[in-house]
Amino acid sequence: MIGIKKPEQTLMQKIYLPEILRGLAITIRHMLRQKPVTCEYPEKPHVVPPNFRGLHRLIQRPGGRERCVACELCLTACPANCISMVAADPNDPNVEKYPLRYEIDVLRCIYCGFCEEACPCDAIELTPHYEMASSRREDFIFTKDRLLDNNRYVPEGERVSKVRTNETYLRI
Amino acid sequence: MIVPSLLLELAPVLVKIFGAFFVVLTLTAYLTLAERKFSAFIQDRIGPNRVGPFGLLQPLADGIKFIFKEDIIPTQAHKLYYILAPALLLVPALMGYAVIPFGDYVEVAGRLIPLQIADVDIGILYVLAIAGLSVYGLFMAGWASNNKYSLLGGLRSSAQMVSYELTLGLSIVGALLVYGTTNLRDIVVQQTAYWQVGSILIPKWGVFLQPLGFLLFLVSAFAESNRLPFDLPEAENELVGGYHTEYGSMKFAMFFMGEYTGMITMSALLTTFFFGGWHVPWLEAAGLSRNVAAILGVGAFCAKTGCFLFLYIWVRWTLPRFRYDQLMKLSWKGVFPLALANVFLTGVCLYLYSRLM
Repeated sequence: MIGIKKPEQTLMQKIYLPEILRGLAITIRHMLRQKPVTCEYPEKPHVVPPNFRGLHRLIQRPGGRERCVACELCLTACPANCISMVAADPNDPNVEKYPLRYEIDVLRCIYCGFCEEACPCDAIELTPHYEMASSRREDFIFTKDRLLDNNRYVPEGERVSKVRTNETYLRI
Repeated sequence: MIVPSLLLELAPVLVKIFGAFFVVLTLTAYLTLAERKFSAFIQDRIGPNRVGPFGLLQPLADGIKFIFKEDIIPTQAHKLYYILAPALLLVPALMGYAVIPFGDYVEVAGRLIPLQIADVDIGILYVLAIAGLSVYGLFMAGWASNNKYSLLGGLRSSAQMVSYELTLGLSIVGALLVYGTTNLRDIVVQQTAYWQVGSILIPKWGVFLQPLGFLLFLVSAFAESNRLPFDLPEAENELVGGYHTEYGSMKFAMFFMGEYTGMITMSALLTTFFFGGWHVPWLEAAGLSRNVAAILGVGAFCAKTGCFLFLYIWVRWTLPRFRYDQLMKLSWKGVFPLALANVFLTGVCLYLYSRLM
């Protein structure tokens, strides 16, 4: 058995009432200060930190084509196996290979950001967007077009890359 | 023409009854909102703000929710007592108002009407007796539910209520000795007098005459209305509810209303007894007409009562709950002897005063 010695109380503490008043003073201070910590979420959107990992986007080249070169590194890195891809030849002298289909199942995604890290072309990125609720399962399968469309969740200037060819960014 | 004169007699009484009923029940509803709002402010939160502006319609939404919830009566419960218990708790809480004067006389069509439902001579005894009745509601609820936790909760509550009823009564004996009457209106009238200290007039409020009595009454009132730090009957976050574990829907709401109504009664009583009821200090000098002064008085009464209600809420969100043995120790070894000492001291002082003056 462990004997715990109770701390000795001073007379003021034994009377108890002054201590109650002290407590009341603390609570009234909080009440009058009125600095609520509550986030009024739907009305006032939550401001996320700049490196927040939300919904994915596929970055575009100036022509509107995706930057992705279908190397499948993201798909390999993905611990949740939520990315699926079908690569094809685009018949474009500037582009060697491109994803014919590119799908992310965001219900499986764990938002680890490994795809973003793995990508040699900086073609995929996690945007700060996090409001993805839906009542239909299909809405959570993000196809290539939808992923390209997700560019709207980032500021205007960051949507389209300046470079056009594979060689340019493979050199970066 | 007996009917018109009877009507003339009855009309003001009925108006007062309905008025008091309406005000108290509305206040009860809004007290729940105030509780939630103030608790939020104290804890740096915002509080309910979904229903109506600043959540002002929240009590309405709560009421609708309670009414439309499924009303379950446990199969093993004693049906009659189970249904009767919430009413037995709420009704005494409401009945207490009957004798509390909320204002001076007003003059309507040449008749003087006291702003009080019933001006009875045993005022304070009536209030204490009625408050004592609510124990039956608690215990009946605990017993009729046929659930061991409810039963234990009921036992716990009754023990607390009975203990603190004693100190509640004893703590105002001193004040009663000073006032020499149990009529609440007379008590308030006595408090409208002044002491002259130099050129300053100090109102003869009970709190100055009986500071210890006030403190003891306050503590007992907290315990009697089952509020923190004495809310052992409910103890929602460490014990299985209490006497109302098996209750739901509107019956639970009635227990809830009973608690809040009890708070209002106690606050009104504290105001009447120790803070001069409807008395606004130094207002006599302004020379207002009777009706205006009376209406101001009602405002003052409401403001004072409101302050105590706020104190209730403020204390609730400041102090942790007492342990059960601490609760009993405070009652029997703390408040009770002090109340007795207060009675003794008051008696000695009054005797000396009457001898010397």
